[in-house]
Amino acid sequence: MLTKRIIACLDVDAGRVVKGVHFADLRDAGDPAELAPAYSRSGADEIILLDISATNQERSTLIEIVRKTAQHLFVPFTVGGGIRSLDDAAAVIDAGADKVAVNSAALKDPALISQIARRYGSQAVVVAVDVKLFSESCAKHEVWACGGRQRTGKEVLAWVGEAEDRGAGEILLTSIDRDGTGDGFDCELTSSVAVAVRIPIIASGGAGSTRHFVQVFQEGKADAALAASVFHYGINTFSGLKQELAVAGVPVRWPC
Amino acid sequence: MIAILDYDAGNLTSVKKALDYLGSPCVVTSNLREVERADKVVLPGVGHFSATSNIEARGLRTVVRQAISRKIPLLGICLGMQWMFDSSEEAPGIVGLALLRGQCQRFSDQVKVPHVGWNRLQVRDSGRLFRNIPSGTFMYFTHSYWAPVIEFTTAECEYGSTFSAAIERGTLFGVQFHPEKSGDPGLMLLRNFCEL
Repeated sequence: MLTKRIIACLDVDAGRVVKGVHFADLRDAGDPAELAPAYSRSGADEIILLDISATNQERSTLIEIVRKTAQHLFVPFTVGGGIRSLDDAAAVIDAGADKVAVNSAALKDPALISQIARRYGSQAVVVAVDVKLFSESCAKHEVWACGGRQRTGKEVLAWVGEAEDRGAGEILLTSIDRDGTGDGFDCELTSSVAVAVRIPIIASGGAGSTRHFVQVFQEGKADAALAASVFHYGINTFSGLKQELAVAGVPVRWPC
Repeated sequence: MIAILDYDAGNLTSVKKALDYLGSPCVVTSNLREVERADKVVLPGVGHFSATSNIEARGLRTVVRQAISRKIPLLGICLGMQWMFDSSEEAPGIVGLALLRGQCQRFSDQVKVPHVGWNRLQVRDSGRLFRNIPSGTFMYFTHSYWAPVIEFTTAECEYGSTFSAAIERGTLFGVQFHPEKSGDPGLMLLRNFCEL
């Protein structure tokens, strides 16, 4: 049986792993080239490295950091942040990434998704989608660009449908409202997206406890769940988390 | 020296990195002479079956066939394993190596596609590749098409249907999963191949 994946996210700023709340107030959490293999050894199913300042500061993803992080990492490795063209995608893949995550640039030019998919296959294209509620009174979610700084006016289900049609292999869905809060994943949002497309959904934003992971797999119908803070600051370990998920009936890779 | 065939089908870096880590001398190449001199060949590949037409275009089909007749161990990974079959629904006009009978098919609408993530192997026959890798071991898969179970299947996997996760026929080896991305068990499998 295909297992549910637990993905460790390394948000990288100026070469260091950092983590904020609601995409701001950053705290230092370590060196990506040390953290990634350590997480892999302790049971993370995948690693995602997001260069969180790349798009805003208009600079390329830190290829050298990607290369160092990938060097002794033998689980799937996704890199995102500042991927604006097929050449940018090729550079991170050549440096050792297995998949690229595209976000703002794909919103600006959705053809980028198909270009990367044609060159490297759909399995190499993760479309990252950051969403917020349109307003308190409206239950719909709007897609935001540039690390949650820019509204797009696009509704989430319309955008993920388009991304799938253009060749996305996975959707990384982040609730900005929940990001870094530890209040739990937005299961309603995750499930609405998971049933709307046929590609796997990675849920992100809000992980704070083991119960939250159980909920996002069972109620949220997520195929994978991503978290950062709960692992960086030792609130949870992969082994502890996976043992409890297994007890709750969620299929996981454990022992691995 | 292990030749990792470069036919423009996705990420070759990760296979090279894993073999480097294991201390096995290897080279990423599409140079025919270099492939002829190799004592093992790895045929990696992710992406669309049509990419395998580059194997033909670069004249690599003949050297691969020669390698097999000289009993040089050949390991196909993912698309590389699918190419060893007759054909794939993904690109019906393209002929595979056709040393294994059958056509690769797309996963049904009953499951999410691609099949991405860690799934368990049912090892039918440990053969030479699965030394120290027990049945039930998890490996990392990412693919939208699957190869049928045949008499040379050594490990099966289940996702919507039961498909070939690994095959072994003489010196011809194939794995649908990515050993270079499957943590320690994946490295063990590559080590078994290197030590053949």
